[in-house]
Amino acid sequence: MSRFCKTLIVLGILAAAAPAAAFDRYPGIGRAATEAEVSAWDIDVRPDFTGLPKGSGDVDRGMELWEAHCASCHGSFGESNEVFTPIAGGTTLQDIETGRVAALIDGSFPQRTTLMKVPTVSTLFDYIQRAMPWTAPKSLAPDDVYAILAYLLNLGEIVPADYVLSDENIHEVQARMPNRNGMTTEHGMWPGAPASSGGIGNGGKPDVVNVVCMKDCKEKVEIASALPDYAQDAHGNLAEQNRPVGQTRGKPTGAPEPAEGSDARAAASALALAKEKGCMACHGVEKGIVGPGYNEIAQKYRGQADAAAKLAAKVKAGGQGVWGAVPMPPQGHVADGDIERLVEWILQGAKAQ
Amino acid sequence: MADIDARPGRVRPAPENFLTAEQIAAVKDGRRDFLRKAFLAAAAAMAAPTAVRAASEGDPAILNLPPWSTSLGLPVAANPYGMPSRYERGLRRRESPGLTRVGGSSVAFTPLQGLFGIITPSGLHFERHHQGWHDVDPSKHRLMINGLVRTNAVFTMDDLMRLPSVSRIHFIECGANTGMEWGNVAVPTVQYSHGMLSCSEFTGVPLKEILDMCGADYEKGRYVLAEGADGSSMTRTIPMELIESGEVFVAYGMNGEMLRPENGYPLRLVVPGVQGVSWVKWLRRIEVGDKPWATKDEAVHYIDLMPDGLHRQYTSVQECKSVITTPSGGQLLLDKGFYNISGMAWSGRGRITRVDVSTDGGINWREARLETPVLSKAVTRFNIGWVWDGKPAILQSRAEDETGHVQPSYGQLRKVRGTRSIYHNNAIQSWKVVESGEVSNVQVL
Repeated sequence: MSRFCKTLIVLGILAAAAPAAAFDRYPGIGRAATEAEVSAWDIDVRPDFTGLPKGSGDVDRGMELWEAHCASCHGSFGESNEVFTPIAGGTTLQDIETGRVAALIDGSFPQRTTLMKVPTVSTLFDYIQRAMPWTAPKSLAPDDVYAILAYLLNLGEIVPADYVLSDENIHEVQARMPNRNGMTTEHGMWPGAPASSGGIGNGGKPDVVNVVCMKDCKEKVEIASALPDYAQDAHGNLAEQNRPVGQTRGKPTGAPEPAEGSDARAAASALALAKEKGCMACHGVEKGIVGPGYNEIAQKYRGQADAAAKLAAKVKAGGQGVWGAVPMPPQGHVADGDIERLVEWILQGAKAQ
Repeated sequence: MADIDARPGRVRPAPENFLTAEQIAAVKDGRRDFLRKAFLAAAAAMAAPTAVRAASEGDPAILNLPPWSTSLGLPVAANPYGMPSRYERGLRRRESPGLTRVGGSSVAFTPLQGLFGIITPSGLHFERHHQGWHDVDPSKHRLMINGLVRTNAVFTMDDLMRLPSVSRIHFIECGANTGMEWGNVAVPTVQYSHGMLSCSEFTGVPLKEILDMCGADYEKGRYVLAEGADGSSMTRTIPMELIESGEVFVAYGMNGEMLRPENGYPLRLVVPGVQGVSWVKWLRRIEVGDKPWATKDEAVHYIDLMPDGLHRQYTSVQECKSVITTPSGGQLLLDKGFYNISGMAWSGRGRITRVDVSTDGGINWREARLETPVLSKAVTRFNIGWVWDGKPAILQSRAEDETGHVQPSYGQLRKVRGTRSIYHNNAIQSWKVVESGEVSNVQVL
């Protein structure tokens, strides 16, 4: 046996003796995680509140944080339908009693808001903590999450205006969630063990049993629905969304797409950039949504020599007061060059075509 | 431009793409011959700089040698990463206007109307992000395993790519695919009605191998949580049974190359047969636990509203489904005669065993040919010949999988699930053909 082979054997023994003994099947691959690493990433909170961090926050503090971080997309009262579906609305004190949201049964509320659907308060904590605010996820401390959640729960009258939500009392809130009894797992679409063996669902039994009929399967064909006229052109020119050769062609509908390199194409790409960076969530072209419309901004700054620089600084650092009380958060995720391009496009009328 | 135009036989895009207002009116009036006229006119224009040959002599595309036959072509590596022909530019991922208001939490649909076979080109794989996408630096990406395991562990991409790998072809379909059509027809083409479907060959490591290395407690730990590294850190609960079967794997490869950033580069979970939201992208962590998590996408979204006002939670399997992609909504048949009706079938419960096609709205059916390969939890391509007599027709396809489950009609599905479910619509799709050759989206109960 060569020295080289002996060395390999010794190294192999050392590796096997190392703390990562579980990895002996594939030596040298993977390592044990440190406690600090696990706690940095293991942020999930389960319905039984496993994983919930200690902390607390009250409704008033939550309202301040909401205005600063959340209202620009969700509206001051979680009612906005402009960017995302509304968070609050559609639940009643009666629902809090029964744990079933009546509007889901009779369809009496136009949207399905978050509070109408969510059965578990842990879900809200978990999601706010991991994913909010929209442009700066995971930036909220646990106390901030408690406060924001307290405000949100107060919007649904699930907790009173003087409530201090904490890891100690969150289980009381769970008992008041308006749709806590609104879920069922009685279905065949869970691919794991069924409820009868400690899992979920009925073990894969489909809802519907169709049969393979080949001849004279029905007497007549009834068309229940067809594409409405107003929707014919809504998806652009279908002729340009199909191959120009083959069995079929696309049907000409809607407006043609702008050619490569044209002014319209450049404008369309500025619009695409505005969409990509999330600007269109709060600003419309002509009119405002939660912030002012681009044409309103261009109008206000018309003729000012330093308009571009001024606006670029505002986009970067955020601002409040010029167009109302709802602040614009700092847009740190947009590169300087992109901000300049967007501002130039806005000042030139934010043309899409 | 003039000097280029003067070259004989200059390449022009197919004339059918540039219809005049009169020609569009002709389509709407049910006249079909405009296409042939347009072709002849374009052929004449093409030959205009040189002597125009009489049409009787033959096809100008044959008689006038094209530049690709009479000049030097481009060198190798002119495109170091090859792209489709410019004539294919219409086939691209597209959003459905008005469906969402934020691009970072939206959908771009795959143009199924232009695809062949079963593999989706990686650049056309549908996109669904929950908080935007990033191009993650693979040298800084980590996969953590924790929870009910003997050793909490960390793997680098180097580690994962050294482990024994598997390559498997599977479909991925968003649970909300065809969701806009639950109540009524809402979109014109198969791209928007069924385009949250893609099928690729994925390469990676069975999750079971990795959990074994970490000493997972399979007795208590009957669920895992998969978590992404994106802003939303998307989370979904997966049943341990699917992992123990060896089906679930962590994938870094897609169609022979690394995953595309939009599809989770450098690591995503592959959960065959299960809706796309569970195929967590930019996968950073797997936690083994004894209960499901009721995450945002298990308690607020991806829950199916039933007629009694209850929501179904943890619906995950994509049931047996099929759709004809050619001819399909928003297309025009050029003339009477033979067509190859072609489509896709798939089931989250296993292999497709048969597909039947009707051209009369479901009164009579014929069995279509399944093209190979026919793989479990993958798209299967079906084809069947059809001679169109120029009369109205309604095209449908109906798939059956190896469990014996037959794709249901809209009427059957709505009787149980109502029209407000949003998710898991696997009803039989109907395309109406009228005399003009125009194909449109309709629903037959």
